[in-house]
Amino acid sequence: MMKTAMIRNRAFAALFSLGAMFAVFATAVPTQAVAAGSNFPLQRAPVNLQDAVSLQRGAQLFVNYCMGCHSANYMRFNRLTDLGLTEEQIKEYLLFGTDKVGSPMTIAMRPADAAEWMGKAPPDMTVIARSKRPNYIYTLLKSYYVDESRALGWNNLAYPNIGMPHPLWQLQGAPQLKVEEKQSHGHAVQVKSIVAGEPGLMTAVEYDRAVGDLVNYLVYMGEPWKVKSTRIGIIVMFFLSILLVFVYLLKLEFWRDIKH
Amino acid sequence: MSRIIAAGQGLVDWIDERFPLVSTWKYHMSEYYAPKNFNFWYYFGSLAMIVLVLQIVTGIFLTMNYKPDALAAFGSVEYIMRDVSGGWFIRYMHSTGASMFFAVVYLHMMRALLYGSYRKPRELLWIFGCLIYLVLMAEAFMGYLLPWGQMSYWGAQVIVNLFATVPVIGPELSVWIRGDYLVSDATLNRFFALHVIALPLVLVGLVFLHLVALHEVGSNNPDGIEIKKNKDPVTGKPVDGIPFFPYYIVKDLIGIVVFFMVFFAILFFGPEMGGYFLEYNNFLPADPLQTPAHIAPVWYFTPFYAMLRAVPAMFGSQFAGVAVMGAGVIILFFLPWLDRSPVKSIRYKGPIFRSALAIFVVSFLVLGYLGVATTDVWGKMPEILPIIGGIEVATIVSRVLTIAYFAFFLAMPWYSRIDKCKPEPERLT
Repeated sequence: MMKTAMIRNRAFAALFSLGAMFAVFATAVPTQAVAAGSNFPLQRAPVNLQDAVSLQRGAQLFVNYCMGCHSANYMRFNRLTDLGLTEEQIKEYLLFGTDKVGSPMTIAMRPADAAEWMGKAPPDMTVIARSKRPNYIYTLLKSYYVDESRALGWNNLAYPNIGMPHPLWQLQGAPQLKVEEKQSHGHAVQVKSIVAGEPGLMTAVEYDRAVGDLVNYLVYMGEPWKVKSTRIGIIVMFFLSILLVFVYLLKLEFWRDIKH
Repeated sequence: MSRIIAAGQGLVDWIDERFPLVSTWKYHMSEYYAPKNFNFWYYFGSLAMIVLVLQIVTGIFLTMNYKPDALAAFGSVEYIMRDVSGGWFIRYMHSTGASMFFAVVYLHMMRALLYGSYRKPRELLWIFGCLIYLVLMAEAFMGYLLPWGQMSYWGAQVIVNLFATVPVIGPELSVWIRGDYLVSDATLNRFFALHVIALPLVLVGLVFLHLVALHEVGSNNPDGIEIKKNKDPVTGKPVDGIPFFPYYIVKDLIGIVVFFMVFFAILFFGPEMGGYFLEYNNFLPADPLQTPAHIAPVWYFTPFYAMLRAVPAMFGSQFAGVAVMGAGVIILFFLPWLDRSPVKSIRYKGPIFRSALAIFVVSFLVLGYLGVATTDVWGKMPEILPIIGGIEVATIVSRVLTIAYFAFFLAMPWYSRIDKCKPEPERLT
């Protein structure tokens, strides 16, 4: 009788503990981030930090198309040796100004001037993929369309009335907005999408890949140590698993003389 | 060999004549008798100590390169992450450690609730623990301002503004805390001072007192009965007690290794923990001119934040909400005198207490969720309903759960007395 009550108590305690643990972890489990300021459905960015070729292409796009206005003040050029480039290659292909290879990826435009010229200084890009998230940036760069009503002629489905004009228009061309009336649950709804307009230097497939490479690079730049930290992490997990076996056996050995 | 041992003994004797080395070791370790039936929940005390040490050590290394200057703080954190050797590892240890500190402390507190560890004679032990929790919240809050990201900045703005709601002295009080009319360089500098010196000193002092109190009264256990009541007549030692060293030292080693597996899995594979440990918006530098659309505190504050939001403004002031939030923490201090149950442990408490505790835990967790979510997360009540029509569902739920949270404490003197408890065993089971 006493025994069953004890077992029931233990079972209750165990269930309670498990429930509490589950609840704690359920709250902490990663959830899909909501895009900044928009409910536009996001597309999945093809992020692969092991793909050095993609990262190198992304770095090239970043230096050529973004660094006119956006700095990456906390990133040094010579860190790009992570991507399998030599310092000579970095100097030859990615350094255009008077920067040294060990300099941070700064730009000549001062934030105060930029704010005066454009209303708001373009943000630094070093950790932009960490705040805005890769899928959002990927979707943003694929959602531009020509809109003559805007001052600079560009608008964006993911970020309506965006200040930044299409930075990659030379590559993508001039995509157009397509608005369709569709019937959904008996209501007429407007479905907006982007269709190809005047072609750019790239085909649609090439453009998607280029944007993917650029986003991949931005993710790398946000956490350049990521590949290394994952590798160290696996070794640490392996070591701790082995250690766990030994500390468990140690405990058993010491506790053999405790009567229950 | 024997000569080395003799030399070692000589050294110990030499110290012992000048410092209570052996007696301290015995009192706190080799002859500190702990109940032999500790379970899973008893790992979190030693783990909290481990995390405290980790936070202090990593913090020291971070201060070597961090700059408490509004113009340089954000950049200096990125400098640590990128240009300081192993800097990302130190910084992630500290940021992961902050969240894990709370995870461990919450589980440690849960243990006390389950087994009645706050009951006589452990009231002071519990109060020291509550003070540690309070100081830890202040420590975490001030530390969170230091990376000077958008969430650092606006989170601090929101919390300091809470003090402005205090009647009469509020506005001056908030200016006094900030050192400015808005969160600024002056605020950052003083929060840095408090975070790295003042509060850690208090914290370490309180942890010391917590341990002194613990070793005076002895540890509670899952059965909630006193092992000191049943001593061996010959040796005078508790029959159901075992020396902390070596038995619980080797057992805690298992807990420490498992804890580090969780800790390092987070650190190496996802230090942001899906935006809960490191909020995504905190990777944008603080901008006093741009308020983020959604300001959420870090997860460990969210139950109290949800309470704050749940309370409607009264007499044109949010002070009622602030008072409720503060009371949510302060009420913990009174727990030893609220519980009138004849037994300590949940194992022998009756169905009413068990249900009350379950409701309390669910309330706390759901409030925690609602504190990170936007108020419209569950939509609005239908307009046709009287009184509550048109109000956000999440707000209504937060209100109900806030009441449940307080009812757990305030109704305890009543329901813990009428509850049908089971008899406690004579010996540990």
